[in-house]
Amino acid sequence: MHDVPARDAPRRRGGGRRKGGRGEQLMVPEAEFTSYYGRPIVKASPWEVDIPVYLFLGGLAGGSSLLAAGADLQGNAALRIPMRWTAIGAIAVSFAALVHDLGKPSRFHHMLRVAKVTSPMSVGTWILTVYGPAAGIAAAVQALPVAPTALRRSWIGRSGPLAGRIAGFVAAATAPAVAAYTAVLLSDTATPTWHDSHLQLPFVFVGSASAAAGGAGIALAPLSASGPARRLAVGGAVVELAVSEYMEKQMGLSAEPLHTGRPGAMMRAAKACTATGAVLAVAGHRNRAVSVLAGASLLAGSALTRFGIFYGGQASARDPKYTVVPQRERVDAGRPVRSDDPAARPAR
Amino acid sequence: MDRNSFYGPVDPARDAGWVDPPARKGFFTDTSICIGCKACEVACKEWNAVPEDGMSLTGMSYDNSVGLGASTWRHVAFIEQPASSGNQESGVRHDESHANLDVLALAGGQGDPSPPPASVDLGMPLPTLPGAGGEDSSVPFRWLMESDVCKHCTHAACLDVCPTGALFRTEFGTVVVQDDICNGCGYCVPACPYGVIERREGPKNDHAVGVAQKCTLCYDRLGEGMEPACAKACPTQSIQFGDLDELRQRADVRVAELVEAGVVDAQLYGHDPADGIGGAGAFFLLLDKPEVYGLPPDPVVTTRALPAMWGRAAMAAGTMLAGAAMAFLGSRR
Ligand code: SF4
Ligand code: SF4
Ligand code: SF4
Repeated sequence: MHDVPARDAPRRRGGGRRKGGRGEQLMVPEAEFTSYYGRPIVKASPWEVDIPVYLFLGGLAGGSSLLAAGADLQGNAALRIPMRWTAIGAIAVSFAALVHDLGKPSRFHHMLRVAKVTSPMSVGTWILTVYGPAAGIAAAVQALPVAPTALRRSWIGRSGPLAGRIAGFVAAATAPAVAAYTAVLLSDTATPTWHDSHLQLPFVFVGSASAAAGGAGIALAPLSASGPARRLAVGGAVVELAVSEYMEKQMGLSAEPLHTGRPGAMMRAAKACTATGAVLAVAGHRNRAVSVLAGASLLAGSALTRFGIFYGGQASARDPKYTVVPQRERVDAGRPVRSDDPAARPAR
Repeated sequence: MDRNSFYGPVDPARDAGWVDPPARKGFFTDTSICIGCKACEVACKEWNAVPEDGMSLTGMSYDNSVGLGASTWRHVAFIEQPASSGNQESGVRHDESHANLDVLALAGGQGDPSPPPASVDLGMPLPTLPGAGGEDSSVPFRWLMESDVCKHCTHAACLDVCPTGALFRTEFGTVVVQDDICNGCGYCVPACPYGVIERREGPKNDHAVGVAQKCTLCYDRLGEGMEPACAKACPTQSIQFGDLDELRQRADVRVAELVEAGVVDAQLYGHDPADGIGGAGAFFLLLDKPEVYGLPPDPVVTTRALPAMWGRAAMAAGTMLAGAAMAFLGSRR
């Protein structure tokens, strides 16, 4: 169904100048552009809140599996146990969110008909098909010590610990892909803000995933065991903050939706939470209460980053400005994208 | 992975693995002769059993179907401009009592909170016989009409990103969704650089609700050697269906004719195989800039940058792995 412009919506006719809507202070001088009654050109994705939740939890799961595997190698059970549970919990919920977002959830398995490298969603599905069960087995074997005696004595019980180890390493090997591919998922669209961030977004997402998983580790593991989680959290936060900053600078006009409106508020809150969390993670390494606070702050920062980028992209698709202005500039400068122009090859 | 397969001129049917396909089929939509009758919109709905798509008056000239979407596969755009088409006289003059009224501004101001004074009419231009109002009172005015449709891109982003294989390339070089395969993931929707394809919303009794929908270039009719319903219904041959190669030649001749006749802004859109999507299967002759019609001025298939995206994602994943390893080094816990 089409949503017809609301009566008080800014109307833009041929050659019309855009009003700075929503009472926001725009960072970039307003661009003059032409549109068809202010209607969007590209369509915003039909995705709803499930998708940013999925992005956040997928990252959290991936980072947690890495911490769990490292802790396993180190013999650090106090970190390994909560990290494996976090990983399976996060990936289970994110998988449910992904299926829920489909127009035909009963046809989820149609994703498994094909494997296409041109479809980040297909690649992601196959990554999750390996990662999910591995993370599940790694977590489940941790319940064996409290399982009924008969089960513990069966072959399942006896092979459990080794299977858990192997599964944990398989999960850890695929975990970075789980955290990084979602950036390609967003960028491989005509949504201006997502596409224009494609060279930096994977780094923002792995930073955000590391900060989230580290945060979970700091909050859940005892102080004596959470050193690696603390270092991963701080490193992830630094990467996330630094690369976001750089990314927003190089994006030009399409960074605007990340600075205005609700997505802008989310991005600002994300940065504040992530920075606060990182500082508290360092400051609170001897204090459990401060550590829990640091973990919560890092998790909130990671979630808000995903929400901000998701909704910023949606806003950039709904406003024809972000589609028309950069393309019109290319054409007017005599540099339209052409396959016979080596200078117009995509940046790598 | 062949880098070139993401962009550049290719025969899409052969590229998709068809052996000895028929000539690529497409549309040349010549907007200069469109009369805005919407026969194409209606014929498409009839033939393809596309449900209604909202029944509202938009105030956007005669356009009440707003744009392409899940339940609008042909869309006629209407633009009113205070400009003349080539050397044509508009035959439109302002009535004396409205001499200072800008009808376009009035029409555009419908959203203003204060209603126009009751004594002012709706601002419709008054058609008169040539010369009836005197040479001077004739004002430049033109309607641009354009029947829009899926471009059936050579490099179709919707098809590239589809994770189920529901979208496929036909032997005619067109792009079609298989209703029974699509699981409504919605990925094709933001991928299309023209905003064509959409997931259908609505009551569940329609089998295609929750499924991505768009023009099929009447795949069922093509298979029977028939022309698409919209082209068949078009009374002015604004929508011309045929072999793409031949249509491109025809379009070159037509645009040259128009420019010759003084319509200097006449331009082809989507005809060039070297453009950002490798050339459209459905291309257009426009009388103004693409964005005036709601078309992107320089569309690019998003997967053109996919090798770079995967490269960066791999680097980022490696960075994360290294970061985690470093977090465990240094100290035992
Ligand atoms: S115009 Fe959009 S929907 Fe049509 S083939 Fe191209 S990418 Fe696909
Ligand atoms: S919505 Fe359907 S056609 Fe579109 S990408 Fe998903 S599975 Fe393919
Ligand atoms: S080709 Fe067929 S499906 Fe496409 S717009 Fe025309 S009538 Fe509709």
